[in-house]
Parts: sequence; structure tokens; C-alpha cells
Amino acid sequence: MPKTMGLMGKKVGMTRIYSDIGSSIPVTVIETGPCVVLQIKTVAKEGYNAIQIGFGSKKDARMNKPMSGHVKTAGKGGFYFIKEFRVNDPSQYEVGQTIAVSDLFKVGDLIDISAKTKGSGFQGVMKRHGFAGGPGGHGSMFHRAPGSIGCSAWPSRVVKGKKMPGQMGTNLVTKKNVMVMDVRPDQNVLVVKGGVPGAKQSVLQIFTK
Amino acid sequence: MNIIDQIDQENMRHDVPDFRPGDTVQVHIRIIEGAKERVQLFQGIVIRRRRGTMDASVTVRKISHGVGVEKTFCLHNPRLEKIEVVTRGRVRRSKLYYLRDLRGKAARIREKGIN
Repeated sequence: MPKTMGLMGKKVGMTRIYSDIGSSIPVTVIETGPCVVLQIKTVAKEGYNAIQIGFGSKKDARMNKPMSGHVKTAGKGGFYFIKEFRVNDPSQYEVGQTIAVSDLFKVGDLIDISAKTKGSGFQGVMKRHGFAGGPGGHGSMFHRAPGSIGCSAWPSRVVKGKKMPGQMGTNLVTKKNVMVMDVRPDQNVLVVKGGVPGAKQSVLQIFTK
Repeated sequence: MNIIDQIDQENMRHDVPDFRPGDTVQVHIRIIEGAKERVQLFQGIVIRRRRGTMDASVTVRKISHGVGVEKTFCLHNPRLEKIEVVTRGRVRRSKLYYLRDLRGKAARIREKGIN
């Protein structure tokens, strides 16, 4: 796990902006923070340094009792999403502190963004692993099947990690070195260059470098 | 307002004139050659206009030395100096791809208001 502070955000969607010389830059708009520090973990107590932050406020009526007890010390209500970020020095944060997007990011920074990719369901090897497949016609009876998956007498088993059909997507993927194009503190909006994993409205973890 | 719409509104150019497919336009593009910058003109018939916010574009077609040339310009690109409407054309399609198959007199477009 990277020892970096970060925030949680929600992917709003994509658009484009133009650079000064007129080249089009695809950008992703992310709604981030304000995130609230809910718990501080230290080497002395938990064995590692981290802070736990909450994002996306949740109504009191939707909270269960253990969770409402956990967020009570912070005093900023409940949250839908709670995540931990490893930090080197947890003493600079305090429980209940609000972290805004402008506290961590500025234009030109390179950041990492983690999110769950869009789910594609159960997919075959052509879509999932990029196998070539067979010819479509000319009497061919081999179209999208994976083909041979191993040898017979030796090793007389399928090797581990063999690429086969299965669930595709919904993996946690980190896109590294994403450039920050714009920070809008009053709207809690972060604009980054290029795409980020996940569907619109999906929750992202944004790490500083 | 949606935040994306808002970002688009801020980056969009609001000086794009009103023109339609079939119109003849003159597009002034700033071209950067090394350290020098100059304005190039491209005059032709609008054969396609893509609507949208930041994605809006226009395709202009002209015949250059007997060869058909088409250029697509993003309407909100800051490199676009200006677009001038030369004539308004009367057409019955929104996409004038049929002009690609026509040559010479057949490829003319009737001007609006002139019968």
C-alpha cells in the first residue's frame, strides 16, 4: 500500500479542454471531498500509521448503531464511503478535521487514482484476453473458442494462471501519474488529464505522490 | 447546473457565428510554424456541422487544384481566429456528403433567396 495521503471522490464524467496552442486535451471531472478524518491509527496503537476518512454524507436514519458510534467523535455525521490512507506522520491530522481538495492537490501535480473498473460480466477469451480467435467462414468450425489449454501426458494438468473465460471487469485498478489540470476548491472539483477507471458516479481513491 | 456543463460553458467560445450546411464560409486558422505564427484562410462549403458543447465541429469542403479537400475544425478551439460567412446556400440535407460524388457545375449550391 502506498504511504501517501489521499482523498475520495466521485467520477462525474469526461469532457475536453483546449491547451494554449489549440490541442484538445481529454479530461475527467471528479467531485472530491470534503473528506472528514474519522480515526487516526498510529504505530503505537494499531501497528501502522494511517488516517481513516469518510466521504459522501449519509442520513442519520440510514446509519446503524456501531457506525454512528464510530463517527460520533468526528461529529460530522455519517458517511457512505470510509477508507484508510497510509500516512507517514499522523500527528498532523486530528479527528473531525475536514480535508478539502485544495489542501492536497494543485495544478500540475501527478497523482494516482484507484477505482473499480466497469464490470463486463462473464466474457470469453477474445474479449477478456485478446485472443485472436478463428476464421469466421470458409468451412471453419473454430470461431471464438480458447483452443488447446495444455499438453496431455505431461504435465497432464492445466497450468496455473492459464488465460480462460471468466468474470471481466470490477477489478481495483490504479492509474498512475495522472496530471491535475484544474482544482476548483469552491466546488470541490478536481479536473485531471485523460480517463480514469470506473463508471460515472463511481467512487475513486485519489492519492498524492 | 452540472459541473461538466459549467466547465464547458467557461471554455466554450461564444463568438461562433450562425451558419448552416450549404453555406460558404471562410475559416481563419492560426498556424504556428516554429516560432512564427500566421493566419491561414480556408474557404469552402460547409458539408457537415456537428452540434454539441465542447465537441462541436464543422467540416468545410473546397476544390483545390481540381482535388477535393475537406477540413474539420473544432468550433471552440482557441486556434481558430474567426469564421466568416461568405454566402448562404439553400440545401435540403443537413449532411452534404453527396457533394463528394459531384464535379463542376453539378456541385454548385443555389444561393438562399435567389430563385
